[in-house]
Amino acid sequence: MSFQPVILWTDALVYLLLALLMLTVWHTRRHSHLKAPWRRVADRRIGQATMVLLSFYVVIGLLDTLHFHPRTSVDERGRAVYSTEVLSLFDVIAGPLRTQREKTYSAPFATHLFSKETVQLSDGSSARGFPRLQYGGAHLSGDGEGRLADIAAKALWGAAKGALLWVVLILPLCGFSLGRAARLLRGRLLQPWHIAAYAAFAVICVFSALWELAGYYHILGTDKVGEDVFFQSLKSIRTGLLIGTLTTLVMLPAAILLGIMAGYFRGWVDDLIQYLYTTLNSIPGVLLIAAAVLMMQIYMSNHADEFNSLTERADLRLLFLCLILGVTSWTSLCRLLRGEALKLRELEYVQAARAFGVGHFAILVRHILPNVMHIVLITIVLDFSGLVLAEAVLSYISIGVDPATSSWGNMINGARLELAREPVVWWSLLAAFGFMFTLVLAANLFSDVVRDAFDPRLREQR
Amino acid sequence: MSAYIIRRLLYALPILIGVNALTFLLFFVVNSPDDMARMHLGGKRVTDQAIQSWKEEHGYDKPLLFNYEAAGAQRLTDTILYQKSVRLFLFDFGQSDSGRNIGHDISQRMWPSLAIAVPTLLVGLAFNITFALLLAFFRGTYFDLWGVVICVAMMSISGLFYIIGGQYLVGKLLNLVPISGYDTGVHALKFLILPVIVGVIGSIGSGTRWYRTLFLEEIHRDYVRTARAKGLSEQLVLFRHVLRNALIPILTGVVVVLPLLFIGSLLTESFFGIPGLGSYTIDAINNQDFAVVRAMVFLGAVLYIIGLLMTDISYTIVDPRVRLD
Repeated sequence: MSFQPVILWTDALVYLLLALLMLTVWHTRRHSHLKAPWRRVADRRIGQATMVLLSFYVVIGLLDTLHFHPRTSVDERGRAVYSTEVLSLFDVIAGPLRTQREKTYSAPFATHLFSKETVQLSDGSSARGFPRLQYGGAHLSGDGEGRLADIAAKALWGAAKGALLWVVLILPLCGFSLGRAARLLRGRLLQPWHIAAYAAFAVICVFSALWELAGYYHILGTDKVGEDVFFQSLKSIRTGLLIGTLTTLVMLPAAILLGIMAGYFRGWVDDLIQYLYTTLNSIPGVLLIAAAVLMMQIYMSNHADEFNSLTERADLRLLFLCLILGVTSWTSLCRLLRGEALKLRELEYVQAARAFGVGHFAILVRHILPNVMHIVLITIVLDFSGLVLAEAVLSYISIGVDPATSSWGNMINGARLELAREPVVWWSLLAAFGFMFTLVLAANLFSDVVRDAFDPRLREQR
Repeated sequence: MSAYIIRRLLYALPILIGVNALTFLLFFVVNSPDDMARMHLGGKRVTDQAIQSWKEEHGYDKPLLFNYEAAGAQRLTDTILYQKSVRLFLFDFGQSDSGRNIGHDISQRMWPSLAIAVPTLLVGLAFNITFALLLAFFRGTYFDLWGVVICVAMMSISGLFYIIGGQYLVGKLLNLVPISGYDTGVHALKFLILPVIVGVIGSIGSGTRWYRTLFLEEIHRDYVRTARAKGLSEQLVLFRHVLRNALIPILTGVVVVLPLLFIGSLLTESFFGIPGLGSYTIDAINNQDFAVVRAMVFLGAVLYIIGLLMTDISYTIVDPRVRLD
């Protein structure tokens, strides 16, 4: 094999999350009462458009999750020797984006370096000037003439490729029937998916055009050490998604179990659980995170030899950050679930179950749990965007993800001081903010749609 | 009422003990003082001698829970638990790892924090309530729709963007106010304007949207229908009935954060170089000054509990339907 698969801790959790998601989808499809709210989500235009955008982010995040050690050579006995470096499938796809490093800063679409340097002229003498970039716009002749025309042509070509890909994706979905495809686009099918189709068209074309351009230029410039900012932003997607989802996944079992137990059993169980979450809640979240992360840093620096590689270490730190964020954020969900369980335990069907002699555990699982799941789902979706934003802030105070992990917070942190430069280095900041904004906006809009569809109280108001 | 307050204060005690136990666990059990000393002195090649003297200097050389060598009451008091954790209850924060008196630092640094946090809160409140009322008045129109869209978009922008963008635009391009720094007295004003504006803008998105929901909830109530039925104009209905009733959740939401204003905002203060408690905490985190972080955790918990108590009391004052007993 030319590679050796690696499963980092966060990867394993992502696979677990995927498995859970598939199980949920499978379960939902078999029950029409569970399917109904999702149908309401899909009926909304915003629901369709944001779902497409979010799944685009998810696909990139997943590609970036398949990790492996590449093979470097074969030793004399024919055994493969693997590099200690950990790559992901996305790194391989991005190929040149990852490896084509410039010397230092360069502006988006630039052909020359951003700072003046001493350049060797052809006649042997040297002069101060902006040296030509090694890779960005290297295919252009001379000093980069005809750059604008070239960019436009490449973008159009990329968009055309994207459009073709879109057609290839749409046709099988319509059973290779042009009539069905036309009806889909006009929104005449039973489930009007046309907005999703148009959104997919836009996303695929724009991304394909950018991807085409990224092969020739640094479309979002390069950072201090010459790394491509576009590549960094894309790599950061995984970190953002992980923080947003794993945190919730980690805290969910505790929040659900304790929440419904407190509401259902009342008495001393309730008192104990309430005490637990009030105590945790009364510590300001940032301080608790700071304290915990500081402790982890001490542990890691004193036990440096326990980690095989930098990637592993950064990964564990990310996981720990998710854990500690989960500890600070499960309390609100727990309180909500407690309130709902207090209400549910007095309802007739629970009373009836108790009268029939059904055990407490069975009542919790069969009767209480399914009826609080909508609250859980709404909380998961609502929390997501806040967590993505929190990551950037935490990384800024240096209690966030490992500096070696690519994340939007780290990008902002690295670029923030460069605003004092003249002229300003703005692209790293704007790229990080732009990618973050798109994801968070889509998540916010999506969560509104989900809440409208799942909250029975809101539905009655309409 | 006073019986209720006393009971609540007594109830706060176990919570504070819990907070203290948690920080004690985190700082002294999960990681031993030896680890901290090694971290401060740097790296692995530190002699035991150096660790010992660092611990002595900072008072970490005592036994954790029980001192077998001491006599009498000193067996309990001459320990890390008593010296470092129990004394927090008396608001005796002790010395920071860099040798300064934490209590004195806190009392000095809370004023700049307040100078930023209070105007931000008040101006933000005024802005958000006004916008939310406007959106509620024009509910169902395009004005409302676009207002909500803008709110969601503003919510989705990272707070860092507002700060960095504000500093760049107002401080650097327009050159209106200094980018960061602080001064005493009236001169502080020019340093305070920008952080306050940035703070208010950052809160508009979520604040306005939340208040609008509160207003709309009230608008669908029966008493509002009655008010309209007796012929009141929409403005009167909004101001005399809806606003007053919606102020109950708004006020109680504000009361809970009031004590926390002392702590200030970590981000704003460190970006604008304000010597408040927020930047104090950030500096402590960056310098790994555990004594300060522990003191701030405790202080934060105390203030939060006071905030909860004040919320419950303010409920009874503004809403006569709620009774405490």
